[in-house]
Amino acid sequence: MSTAVKWKLEEPPSTTIALAGNPNSGKTTLFNALTGARQHVGNYPGITVERKEGIINLKGTRVKLIDLPGTYSLSAYSQEELVARNFLVNEKPDIVVDIVDATMLERHLYLAIQFFELGIPMVLALNMMDDAKRQGLIINTEKLSQLLNCPVVETVARSGQGKRELIETAIQHAKQDRNNQTPLEISYGAELDLVLDTMTEIIQQHQFMTDRYPARWIALKYLEDDAEIIRYGKLNGKVSEKLEAIVKNTKDHCLRTLKVSPEAIIADYRYGLINSILKQNIIIQEKSRQERIDVTTKLDAVLVNRFVGPILMIAILYGMFQITFSVGEIPMGWLENLFSWIAATATRLIPEGLLQSLVVSGIIDGVGGVMGFVPLITIMFLMISFLEDSGYMARVAYMLDRVLRIFGLHGYSAMPFIISGGIAGGCAVPGVMATRTLRSPKEKLATLLTAPFMPCGAKLPVFMLLVAAFFTEYKAQMMFSITLFAWIMALLVAKLVRSTVIKGKSTPFIMELPPYRLPTLQGIFIHTWERTWQYIKKAGTVILAVSILLWAAMTFPGLPEQQQNQFEKERQIALNTTTAATERQQMVNEINNREGQTALRHSIAGRIGTSLEPVSGLAGFDWRTNIALVGGFAAKEVIVSTFGTAYSLGDVDPEAADTLSARIASDPSWNKFTALAMIVFVLLYAPCVVTVIAMAKESSWSWAIFATVFNTVLGFGMAVAIYQIGTNLFM
Amino acid sequence: MPESLRQIASGETAIVTAVTATGEVGRRLRDMGLSPGTEVKILGRAPLKDPVSIRLRNYTLTLRNNEADFIMVKKVEGIE
Repeated sequence: MSTAVKWKLEEPPSTTIALAGNPNSGKTTLFNALTGARQHVGNYPGITVERKEGIINLKGTRVKLIDLPGTYSLSAYSQEELVARNFLVNEKPDIVVDIVDATMLERHLYLAIQFFELGIPMVLALNMMDDAKRQGLIINTEKLSQLLNCPVVETVARSGQGKRELIETAIQHAKQDRNNQTPLEISYGAELDLVLDTMTEIIQQHQFMTDRYPARWIALKYLEDDAEIIRYGKLNGKVSEKLEAIVKNTKDHCLRTLKVSPEAIIADYRYGLINSILKQNIIIQEKSRQERIDVTTKLDAVLVNRFVGPILMIAILYGMFQITFSVGEIPMGWLENLFSWIAATATRLIPEGLLQSLVVSGIIDGVGGVMGFVPLITIMFLMISFLEDSGYMARVAYMLDRVLRIFGLHGYSAMPFIISGGIAGGCAVPGVMATRTLRSPKEKLATLLTAPFMPCGAKLPVFMLLVAAFFTEYKAQMMFSITLFAWIMALLVAKLVRSTVIKGKSTPFIMELPPYRLPTLQGIFIHTWERTWQYIKKAGTVILAVSILLWAAMTFPGLPEQQQNQFEKERQIALNTTTAATERQQMVNEINNREGQTALRHSIAGRIGTSLEPVSGLAGFDWRTNIALVGGFAAKEVIVSTFGTAYSLGDVDPEAADTLSARIASDPSWNKFTALAMIVFVLLYAPCVVTVIAMAKESSWSWAIFATVFNTVLGFGMAVAIYQIGTNLFM
Repeated sequence: MPESLRQIASGETAIVTAVTATGEVGRRLRDMGLSPGTEVKILGRAPLKDPVSIRLRNYTLTLRNNEADFIMVKKVEGIE
């Protein structure tokens, strides 16, 4: 029986637990520890914030776990906060497990207080207990639980310590508390309390949104000027106006007499409450200030030092670049061999003809060319995940913020750039998706429009091919220069769009530098696997389809019979007249090649390539390059494989890039400047289809199309300039 | 004499007296724990002297000088 059927028969989960908490509280680590690999990643409906779900079985109870996005508060400042809040209100999980960092209890409880106010049954997970012990913090868990009136469980997410107790407590508590949880009512001082009471009465009287939220909470959100709640309230008409009037009065009064907004007063009282709780001997500091060894501040004294920091950052990024290529080369070689073996086997098994050509030249070449880069991509993502999870990426954003701001970007733009290939070998698809951490739509747009300039893993083989052909002696320097050039172009174009089409002020930069932590292997592997899998999926779908399509375009229509006969006749003559076997073979090869070239030129792709020559010639691109570049629109990986096919529809092994680069190097239509023009064009021109789709999802179709056209025009302009100046001045 | 966080040198400690930002910036600053009475230590500044990194409530926060302008502080002398 198939597992699918069994799956259907299983009961729906009896309890839904939502994991919430501040960013860097170890929430995802705990989620991974609880669910292992059995998790499902998706997006919240209509929004691109990641939604992770997992189902665990515990003594016959099926529990659904939801990993909510990390938030500092429920104030609806960011998309993440809104998603978390709406989830809690709309989907009503049975219980929320709020994960707090025990070493930063003061700040992390700020979110917990807001859960209490929303009246959601909650269990507090006191995470990072190992760090707390190291810092000499002793926490009176029992008393904290008493004062907060909610279960508190100590955990160490990294080692999985306490996870079982946590889940059991959560399930138990969910059963008990399902309907008798009353929202916490905090006193916000005599004046605000009075206003809140009045508002609460009005809200209750009209049953104003009370089906969704607690009445006093709605009043509180009106006082806090919560855009989302007020927007929602306005749909319900008159009551909202009444409330808004009260809020306005109160606000004026507060500003006049106390010089602060009600919002600020509310926050102060929340922190006040937290302090009053913690002051009751909840935390005992065993070690004195001097005794404590704070690894993070020590490391930061060097790593984000004004002078040493940037140098180390470049060294680290360059090191990653080196490791990716030197280590990645090895498994890449294996995969290349594997695919050429598969191709050879297929050639042997399938009789010569169209089918063989389709399978070998179309499918195996196309998809194999892309799969060959999986190890490189994996290593790259492994390292990026490591940098992210260790906390270093936040430091990069911190150090680069001022520089990026000059170009109308934001510190948060650094990560999308790096993932897109800012240190060579990334992928623009997750890069574009990473722009969602940017708060301002304008900075986000500028970032996602320019991130595809980065030398992603799919463009690399093109560069390596051309560098090997024309600049062998400067391999490393060339690759590094290409990366540098990509950054410069991305920054300049960002500046251009930010001072023209998407003008606007920069948004605030307020970011936590999380403590340095050694990432967990599981976390890194899950993270890396998710991204690598996306890449493999792309190879199996889009690229497979494109490869077949391009193969067809390059094969049909075949040469007319008359011409075929002509080549056959030449071959016969060669076979009959020359005596030496090697010489004879050489001549036949040469004829086969010529026939291949003629046939290619005759095909649809060849005709398209030829028809583009008058324009592309300005940049030195001939018809074969054109075919490859047009194919590259679909996926950059296609460029090299198309080149391979275009340059050798004859007998020679089309897999070996070295042979191909040698062939290109010896082709009279190529020179250093053609190669440079091609490198620049490939770097800058239209993003691949998958990226364009991702861009459209993150912004809009018009911006995605804008990028496609603009980048192509820009790339071509630069390519023409390089080729024309180069060939006219230096040759 | 009221000073803003921008004026505090690296290594110095100060107590927040007021957060004058309104709207979203104010909300975020408060969410991150910057409320009156909080002790803040300046850890250092980024390569181009902006943003600034500060230590409060046992964690590290970074913000730009533009945001630091909203945070009024009173210097604490003689601690450490």
